[in-house]
Amino acid sequence: MKGQHHSINSRTKVVIWTVVMAVVFTFVYMFGIFASDEAAAGSFLDAKQPPSWEHFFGTDALGRDLFIRTLKGVSVSMTVGIAASLISAVIAVVVGIAAATGSKYADAFVNWLIDLVMSVPHTILIILISFALGRGLKGLLIGIAATHWCSLARLTRGEVLQLRAQQYVAVSRKLGKSGGWILMHHLLPHLVPQFFVGLILMFPHAILHEASISFLGFGLSPEQPAIGIILSESMRYLSTGMWWSAVLPGLVLVLIVLLVDRLGEHLRIIMDPYSAQQ
Amino acid sequence: MKEALKRIVRIFVTYSIRTISLLFAVSVISFVLVSASPIDPVQQYLIGLGTAVSPQQRAEIEAYWGVNKPPIERYLGWLSEALHGNLGESALYRRPVATIIGERFWNSLALMFCAWLLSGVIGFGLGCVMGMYQDQWADKILKKCCYILSSVPVFWLGLVLLLVFCVWLKWFPIGFSTPIGVRSEDVTFGQRMHHLILPAFTLSLMSFSNIALHTRQKLIDVLSSEYVLFARARGEGKWTVLCRHGLRNILFPALTLQFASFAELFGGSVMAENVFSYPGLGSAVSAAGLNGDVPLLLGITLFSALFVCVGNMIANLLYGVIDPQVRAFSAQNYRS
Repeated sequence: MKGQHHSINSRTKVVIWTVVMAVVFTFVYMFGIFASDEAAAGSFLDAKQPPSWEHFFGTDALGRDLFIRTLKGVSVSMTVGIAASLISAVIAVVVGIAAATGSKYADAFVNWLIDLVMSVPHTILIILISFALGRGLKGLLIGIAATHWCSLARLTRGEVLQLRAQQYVAVSRKLGKSGGWILMHHLLPHLVPQFFVGLILMFPHAILHEASISFLGFGLSPEQPAIGIILSESMRYLSTGMWWSAVLPGLVLVLIVLLVDRLGEHLRIIMDPYSAQQ
Repeated sequence: MKEALKRIVRIFVTYSIRTISLLFAVSVISFVLVSASPIDPVQQYLIGLGTAVSPQQRAEIEAYWGVNKPPIERYLGWLSEALHGNLGESALYRRPVATIIGERFWNSLALMFCAWLLSGVIGFGLGCVMGMYQDQWADKILKKCCYILSSVPVFWLGLVLLLVFCVWLKWFPIGFSTPIGVRSEDVTFGQRMHHLILPAFTLSLMSFSNIALHTRQKLIDVLSSEYVLFARARGEGKWTVLCRHGLRNILFPALTLQFASFAELFGGSVMAENVFSYPGLGSAVSAAGLNGDVPLLLGITLFSALFVCVGNMIANLLYGVIDPQVRAFSAQNYRS
């Protein structure tokens, strides 16, 4: 009885942490979206200011406030990250189910396809796709979505194979249910938790790739405040001692990535039925 | 022994066929992607020439390049030339792509090899420490560090290290692989290493957490096994157990993993080379993409795929040949 009481407590703690993280995440996102452009515009008079109470992160070479610019940049990156990982997760589930339920050849083809995507370094593949689509948001989005589905597809395939060996699926089939019915009623509901956890754990990778590719100059255009662009601008002024424009925006990016990573881990614990008994 | 040799050859042949099919597909896909691009390579070439070109001359260049031929014909032409070792001429550097790749690959290889070795040694060492002191403070701190490091983008890490060690402490030069203003014949080995240390360190920081966490888990599995319990009961010390039973079991999986991580290594080197203006393949590929240099982009993409496939092949061979469990399993299959 005592042990049970303790377990409820730790589980509640995980739930509370998850909610807090989700709130912080939403707040940063909303702040970036709704912050006015004038606030980030700035003037040349206060260019290259170090961090102060007025400008938390200082200002850049054009006098723009880096704190607001960073938050706007992070929310742009988040939008790209969310959209790309959503597309990628859907691709992963479709491909995984196709591999597990289709013919032997479909399975072999999917394995080959995954090997294909894994055989080119992702950075280079995204550069190629971005180049093909004329650089910009669309190319970046499609590039990231096209490279991140592999591991989740493998997981889904394994899960579906395991589910299909279950007795209730066999019974269902003997009762004359069609493949589609089994898919809708038996397979997909089991894949929902894995889909969401996979989606959230994919997000940090997506956002890091977005920042890297923007940093190289293939992603968003220089007018848009993306983290990669702020950092690549900061590189030019690094030797003049403008440390804040390189360190602080990157730090925010790392914090967001860590936050989402923990969020994904916590969600996995919550959704894992075995942890309820711990 | 003969059996083992046979198995190596079999793995090698199957994997080679797969690799060739993958490389072929990579060449098709990258060619399609490059052809679909709205960025006009002829225009980029003319910008690179730097002189005014009449429409007639432009038409001649287009005819020479075969821009207006159907894509399949162009692809077959490119492929047959590529198989003969001619990857075309770079519009950006005005030299054959194969030569550029050949030169820059050695720079990149030096960087990647140092980073690979460093991350392997640090990662494996830390993994052993974490596994030995499981759930004690050393393990907890190191594990946190590994998780944090795996969420840090390489280029930002490079920027911060550049700021600290080059701008503030002035220990290392700010970029490039050799000192500025010195002829390439006069550059000493020491100078090269001096330029290499920071990029290599940055790159290795990116990838060691993976190997460390993997080694930790493997070591914990080994240490909780019954034969280790027996060895402990017989009076062997903790470190003797590690040397006699631990290392043998965890070294080769770690090595396999390290060989299988060539794709991440190459991707990371693209970022590190750009931050440190290091003249390797990674900085060439982003320059090629930004300047619409199609032959160079295609060449490096294919080359990177080849590089990754070689790494995967080594990983597979190691896995199949050295791991006694896999060996025993396939030997059983072989007999039956």
